[in-house]
Amino acid sequence: MGKKNKIYLLAYALIIFLVPAIWKNNYHLMVLNIAALNIVVVIGLNLLMGFAGQISLGHAAFFGLGAYLSAIFTATFGFPLWPTIILAMVITGMVAYAIGIPTLKLEGHYLVMATLGFNVIIYILMIQLDGVTGGPSGFPGIPRLQVGGFVFDSDRKIYYLLWTISVGTLLLSLNLIHSRVGRAMAALSHNEIAARCAGIDTESYKVKVFVISAVLASLAGSCYAHYITFVSPGTFSFFYSIQVVTMVLIGGIGSLWGSVLGAILLTILPEILHAVKEYNVLIYGIILMVVLIFFPQGLFPVVAGIFRKRKEEARSGMELVPRKGP
Amino acid sequence: MPEKGFQQNQTILETREITMRFGGLEALNALSFCIAPHQIVSVIGPNGAGKTTLLNAITGVYSPNSGEILFRGMPISGLKPFQITARGINRTFQQVQLFSNMTVLENVMVGMHPRTKSGFWDGLFHFASERREEKKIREKAETLLDSFGLLPKAYWMSAHVSIADQKRLEIARAMAGEPELLLLDEPVAGLNIRETEAMGDLIIKLKQTGQTIILVEHNMHLVMGISDWVIVLHHGAKIGEGRPEEMQKDSRVMEAYLGT
Repeated sequence: MGKKNKIYLLAYALIIFLVPAIWKNNYHLMVLNIAALNIVVVIGLNLLMGFAGQISLGHAAFFGLGAYLSAIFTATFGFPLWPTIILAMVITGMVAYAIGIPTLKLEGHYLVMATLGFNVIIYILMIQLDGVTGGPSGFPGIPRLQVGGFVFDSDRKIYYLLWTISVGTLLLSLNLIHSRVGRAMAALSHNEIAARCAGIDTESYKVKVFVISAVLASLAGSCYAHYITFVSPGTFSFFYSIQVVTMVLIGGIGSLWGSVLGAILLTILPEILHAVKEYNVLIYGIILMVVLIFFPQGLFPVVAGIFRKRKEEARSGMELVPRKGP
Repeated sequence: MPEKGFQQNQTILETREITMRFGGLEALNALSFCIAPHQIVSVIGPNGAGKTTLLNAITGVYSPNSGEILFRGMPISGLKPFQITARGINRTFQQVQLFSNMTVLENVMVGMHPRTKSGFWDGLFHFASERREEKKIREKAETLLDSFGLLPKAYWMSAHVSIADQKRLEIARAMAGEPELLLLDEPVAGLNIRETEAMGDLIIKLKQTGQTIILVEHNMHLVMGISDWVIVLHHGAKIGEGRPEEMQKDSRVMEAYLGT
């Protein structure tokens, strides 16, 4: 990762961690906490969409798997908290692997169909397996997050934890795309034939990126469950999958900073639109349409373009190396 | 040039009766030939003779319906393109296939993929070993670009350099994979006379470093000028092979080209 990116990341982290000192409203902090988790899901999805050229419409299911596995293992079976979160990530990763192996070997967008179907199946299971999941009425009493006896029992306390995870995810993902593996991913998403002939195992990379993407969604799901302490199937419906795909597109496909922007904007926007009650869905829809019609590359390249004059950089949004000249 | 670990007089690439069918069309018909190392071998033939299909079969983009391809005595037919590249065959494309979302330098850095190791965990955490390798990749890529005369444009977006430069860059990217066998698919198509000459010089320079090259090309002036050996295809079958001056006089070759 370039020096510039490190400075941006540091500035971003500083701003993020100063927010609770200024903002005293707990409800606002809760919205931002959800934004932090959405960022984790959206970054993972953007790695898949922007760097493996594939779309998943089942990220709500991976998010849900993380949440329910965490809930069931800790509340029902009394497993320790953090190992459970890791365990949920491993299981979700294996599930993603099982979906990815057959579908990603085929050329074309079979993953969309497979993940869409998977989302529906998981949703039905959450409702039908009511002995384990609590069914449509949900699963209450999930233990709160804690580290060594310190319980994160308020929106303010947990803010720091969730945003540490969120910023950490961004840091590691930026690291990844600025590495040999990230270059290979960018290559295969742009020109698969050329990438294969340049010696890149495109199938294996696509599967790996998909697994990473699902694991990140699982991590966010587990944190969500232990934060809200209650999960119900409605949160993990297909609608949330669409929402995170929209966040990727609004922020800018292939731009991780864009994902941060997209996730924050689209988490906050519905809250702001509560003010115009009966019109909020209408206005939300219009805003999405306007952005996607006028900024099909997403908002981040536009924002970045205001600060940087070189159009090329804004268009690629990838900042793989600092670009001097021409 | 590093030692290629391969002796003269041996065959670097051999095809045995390879046949490639697309529906009813036989794009390659029981094609057999041998390629000696450190030479420029040109594959010529009229349009539709199966030249590009042959390159696709060698690089694993297509899998031949029957027959065998041996690279350094080992069968490679059936392997995937990335495995064949890892074994030391690299190529360029008739229509330039660059990563146009990347800079010139990054394209070459991607080309070094099969000769470098850093994995996912290295990428996530940028361990010291990863940073060292990354530095090496960048330096080697710059050296390579320099030898191709592209260093001044290293930070240009690859889509924004001239066609001639894109063609050179594609070869540079292929050479970044340190191939033992380089396949060039019409490297001078679309270039003017001056650029064609420069490309000819570049290919000769590559050969002088010990590189084995298979050249698919329509420009007869170039082919006859730089080739050590010429293989003529027609309707997917070999109708002749020999030294360039012999092939120019060969009656079957004349017939295929001129229809007389």
